[in-house]
Amino acid sequence: MHGLAFDVAHLLSGSLVLISLMLLYQDRLYSLLNIFAFHAVFLAFAVAWQAFIQGAPHLYVTAAIALAFKGIVIPVSLHRMVQRLGIHRQIETVVGIGPTMLFGICLVALSIMVMLPVTEQADALTQEDLAFALSVVLLGLLMMVTRRNAVSQIVGFMSLENGLILAAAGAKGMPLVVEISIAFSVLIALIVIGIFLFRIRERFDTVDVQVLDRFRGEQP
Amino acid sequence: MVLSVLLRAMAAMALTGVAVIPVCRRHGTGPWVYGTVLAACSIAFAAALGHLLAGAAPLTLTLPLGIPWLGAHFRLDALSAFFVMVVNLGGAAASLYAIGYGRHESEPHRILPFYPGFLAAMNLVVLADDAFVFLFAWELMSLSSWALVMAHHRAEGTARAGYIYLVMAGFGTLCLLLAFGLLAGSEGAYTFDAMRAGALPVSLQTLVLVLVLLGAGSKAGIVPLHVWLPLAHPAAPSHVSALMSGVMTKVAVYGLIRIVFTLAGPPAWWWAVIVLIIGGATAVLGVLYALMQNDLKRLLAYSTVENIGIIYIGLGLALAFQANGLAVGAALALTSALYHVLNHSLFKSLLFFGAGAVLSATGERNMEHLGGLIHPMPVSAATFLVGCAAISALPPLNGFVSEWLTFQAILISPDLPQWGLKFLVPAVGAALALSAALAAACFVRAFGITFLGRPRTPRAVAAAEIDRSSRGAMVVLAVLCILAGVLPGLVVDALSGVVRELTQGSSLPAQSGLPWLSLIPLSEARSSYNGLILLVFLTFTSTLIALSVRRLASHEVRRAPAWDCGFPDASPTTQYSAGSFAQPIRRVFGHVAFRAVERVEMPEPGSLQPARLHVHLRDLIWDTIFAPIQKVVAFTTEHLNGLQFLTIRSYLALVFGVLILLLSGLALWP
Repeated sequence: MHGLAFDVAHLLSGSLVLISLMLLYQDRLYSLLNIFAFHAVFLAFAVAWQAFIQGAPHLYVTAAIALAFKGIVIPVSLHRMVQRLGIHRQIETVVGIGPTMLFGICLVALSIMVMLPVTEQADALTQEDLAFALSVVLLGLLMMVTRRNAVSQIVGFMSLENGLILAAAGAKGMPLVVEISIAFSVLIALIVIGIFLFRIRERFDTVDVQVLDRFRGEQP
Repeated sequence: MVLSVLLRAMAAMALTGVAVIPVCRRHGTGPWVYGTVLAACSIAFAAALGHLLAGAAPLTLTLPLGIPWLGAHFRLDALSAFFVMVVNLGGAAASLYAIGYGRHESEPHRILPFYPGFLAAMNLVVLADDAFVFLFAWELMSLSSWALVMAHHRAEGTARAGYIYLVMAGFGTLCLLLAFGLLAGSEGAYTFDAMRAGALPVSLQTLVLVLVLLGAGSKAGIVPLHVWLPLAHPAAPSHVSALMSGVMTKVAVYGLIRIVFTLAGPPAWWWAVIVLIIGGATAVLGVLYALMQNDLKRLLAYSTVENIGIIYIGLGLALAFQANGLAVGAALALTSALYHVLNHSLFKSLLFFGAGAVLSATGERNMEHLGGLIHPMPVSAATFLVGCAAISALPPLNGFVSEWLTFQAILISPDLPQWGLKFLVPAVGAALALSAALAAACFVRAFGITFLGRPRTPRAVAAAEIDRSSRGAMVVLAVLCILAGVLPGLVVDALSGVVRELTQGSSLPAQSGLPWLSLIPLSEARSSYNGLILLVFLTFTSTLIALSVRRLASHEVRRAPAWDCGFPDASPTTQYSAGSFAQPIRRVFGHVAFRAVERVEMPEPGSLQPARLHVHLRDLIWDTIFAPIQKVVAFTTEHLNGLQFLTIRSYLALVFGVLILLLSGLALWP
């Protein structure tokens, strides 16, 4: 049983990292959102598996929240936003896909190198979990840095958030209240960001962040 | 009992400062405030003097103020009592002076609230017995004096002076904070009692010494940290200048003595080398700068730098003797330093009062526009002359006694075992002698150009003597200068308690029983000094000379060709000026010390323009130390400024980059 529990948990969090890497090379917004939903679904699976092997029923709630909000509500609403903004045809990457992917792989290696020695006392499962969670966080940050479109920056932010949830679920002991409040704060962040997106578009006819910079008068 | 009286006096002062805020714009509030402060200072002075003379045991008091689990500790030992005395003597004199002088103040609401707080803060620094109270009071002292410097903030140069003062004061407090942090150790023992008991390793002790020299030294005005002093001290109103120069620098000296002699543990001999070199350089450079100034108050401020150098020389000698266990020498050197602390507070306050009198009578600080003031202002001139003679170390005044005692300590330096000190101390003695001689020249110039000759401008012609209370303050200080010079035995005996406390039990022999009020610091065979006999001799001979000149000179009226020596032209501007007086010394030292360049601009033949002499002096310390720092800071801020205008993505990238950097650091060096 232990070997199986470990292997499945490993598989799920490993696929989360893999999906994070997949997020990096999506250059269409729709496919980006689809992959993001996929990311959230795998997060829900990973958390549910943690709930099962830790015997912690409140983690099922977390998994359900992740599945409902991040797997369904947020991608669907972002889908609609993209539709209404009419930017579903846009292609954008700041740095080329090749270097970004290479950098992402380096980040995964870095987080494993950092996390494994630091968490030597913890059991192997937590070690792996934390290392993967850190790579998901770093990949999310990388996405926020490399993307120009506001919607893909939001997706980067949300996938970073998924990494945090993964770490918290693996660390055994985050109270439910905290998880629920994080989930709601993410939802509220989505609403706020959505409103801002439309306001920005109304004002500047685009959601390309570079145009905002140009508007501030600092870049030609 | 005494301590609680002192603290109540401080509280009364601080409350006066707060209570006066609503009414300080009203005319006639000033005398009330200054009167209250005068009363509080007098009470505190009397209490401290009584404590010092009685030789009572240290008093301590803990108040439930400040940090909750620590409280506020206060302690009155002989050293504190002496400095409380100095502070309140200066404070009382300045308040008496300000009762009259403050009437001319155009903006009293910028001075009255801060003045009592400034005095209370200086007292608190001296009474503090833990690091929090000390630093709090120190910072309060800096900030309230900064507010007083900025009183006339629209005057030219005041804003810059205030800015530099604020930066230097912040730097000094930071250094003291770090020094106390080291002394307190990792357990956070912030009371001075715990610091006295604890022992530091030598490396940390040395670091504490350096930090204290930077922190307390920048406040005292040692070279090269003196740059703010000649800007800030003259910018304040004159009674505040007197307090800053005469008293606040002494509080800074107290900080050095308190930390280095009582808290930091036994000194190493080479600490003395650092302090002596700083002292010698400060003394000589201070007086050289003073000689080049035409602004009377700035000249006095630079002279403060010089006197701080003399005090530091005394303290350095004391460290040298104490490190080698030569208790008598340490007692002699400490006595000289503390004596000079008292003396300088007396005559520098007096001189600033005189400069204030000149300023209020003529509206001028530039000596080139003054002259001949001895006729309209006889009392100010006489008291200023006493101050000049005292600061020039002329017997029988007090300045001579303390510098003489310093030289006595230098003369027993061959007893020191280290060859470095054996060579250094005589060199420092030569620097001290040089600075004493230059100080005499400086004050002959200050007095002569300001008060003698003929008035150079209409404003100097229209001058009138200042009011009675200001004159009273000056006369009191002049009399104290003479008394401290004629009765040195009494002062040395009063200081013996302080010296015993600092040297663990040794002091100079009692002087009060000696015949004719002589002063014999070590043994009669070596040296002795008698101010009284000198005074009698000087009075007697000068009376005799005056009488004989009167008697023997011919009474016949003689007729001779018009005497034009020095006065070829009747215009007062052709008199010997401050610039001409400084020229010989500028020729000797100017090239090295100031990179002085003189240029004569002759008019074309037939042109009616006057010939002009241009003199350019550069402040090498500013150019070599502070200007590069300023440049680096300006460069960095200029380039960091761009960081304020990045895009959101660049900020994110920045954070991301730093995170990656730190994580890689963690991965490489776990």
